[in-house]
Amino acid sequence: MNRDGNIYTIVYASVMVILVAFGLAFTSQSLRSYQKKNEDIDKMKQILRSVRVQATAENAETIYKEMINESFLVDENGSKVDGDAFSADVVKSFAKKTFPVFVATVDGQTKYIFCLQGTGLWGPLWGYMSLNDDKNTVFGTDFSHAGETPGLGAEIVQLAFSNQFQDKKLFNESGEFKSIAVVKQGKTAEGQDYVDGISGGTITSQGVNKMIFDSMSGYLKFLTSQKQ
Amino acid sequence: MGLLSNKNKSVLLGPLSQNNPVIVQVLGICSALAVTSKLEPALVMAVSVTAVIAFANVIISLLRNTIPNRIRIIVQLVVCAALVTIVSEILKAYAYDVNKQLSVFVGLIITNCILMGRLEAFALGNGPWESFLDGLGNGLGYGVILVIIAFFRELLGSGTLLGFKVIPQAFYDFGYVNNGLVILPPMAIFAVAIIVWVHRSRNKNLQEN
Repeated sequence: MNRDGNIYTIVYASVMVILVAFGLAFTSQSLRSYQKKNEDIDKMKQILRSVRVQATAENAETIYKEMINESFLVDENGSKVDGDAFSADVVKSFAKKTFPVFVATVDGQTKYIFCLQGTGLWGPLWGYMSLNDDKNTVFGTDFSHAGETPGLGAEIVQLAFSNQFQDKKLFNESGEFKSIAVVKQGKTAEGQDYVDGISGGTITSQGVNKMIFDSMSGYLKFLTSQKQ
Repeated sequence: MGLLSNKNKSVLLGPLSQNNPVIVQVLGICSALAVTSKLEPALVMAVSVTAVIAFANVIISLLRNTIPNRIRIIVQLVVCAALVTIVSEILKAYAYDVNKQLSVFVGLIITNCILMGRLEAFALGNGPWESFLDGLGNGLGYGVILVIIAFFRELLGSGTLLGFKVIPQAFYDFGYVNNGLVILPPMAIFAVAIIVWVHRSRNKNLQEN
């Protein structure tokens, strides 16, 4: 058999690629259900972290069911629309101008949880922000990222960063939407609440800043409509 | 020839020191810089790379007499890419959190020069068992360096090891601060350089004029 012949080479390459494709498809299919479960549990953990609950992979599902008593989608006018908030892909759902909302009860008080999504230095950022029932004061936040620099931008997932948002307000005294700024450590922001960014993670911090503004803008009508 | 003859022993153990892929051959530097700011991702990366090199070596070694010479690099790439995808899928299913930390670097194992280097230089000319040992040795040689760098970077940069605080609070009370600079990638290359320096001053035969 001539190993350098064209026909041998083409047949060899085709057979190899087909075999590899089958192998990978099989692996992907057989692990899919585990991966989906991990992703769901991870999402529940993130949502729970935004209401200051640290769940583990084992108990996340139970706690989630206990605490989150309602979830729905709202449109840009703040009225509810059809759809499942948990399984909705946040990016796609934002593009369609429908925004997921989760309602949790923490120590007898109602908290509203909102989805955030934006971009950091290397890729997407996302997170959850929970507000008290005044729909203004932040109760808790949680941030995640796809590929920010470990030790720098990736530090936004740490409690040291996300806890800073607690008790900050989205609206100023006269009821205008101002969002919460993420500024360089030592700097301040005029006329709005702010938190310190990550040193060495400036672009990621700016990404978080923009993400909160953009995402919460989508919920604006929902936040203001029922507020007296 | 026994399973661990002298030749095989040197194939397995050589890459740990005398022929280390990172500090002697200077391969795989980019991931050594990228995933070593914490110890845990460095460990998982070391295990993943070792598994991929060992199995890719075996597969290429088994196929070595059938691979058409003109597309051998493509065949090697396909084998690596397939194995890396499998590792990534398995991590997603069973070690979700670590996979999240390693993010893109699992996929980037494919571009790790050590992998292609071993396939091209060793697996194409040796039997499956030797190739397996060679892959194992090189993976471990890479892993050892990664773990050493990550140990110092996590200790000095974050004051923790595997996420546990090891520097007592009393130190901080006296004004000790974690060195944020160590977390940055440039410090990893200094760490590699220091390891190379120590290693060469102990192994005079590796010194160049």
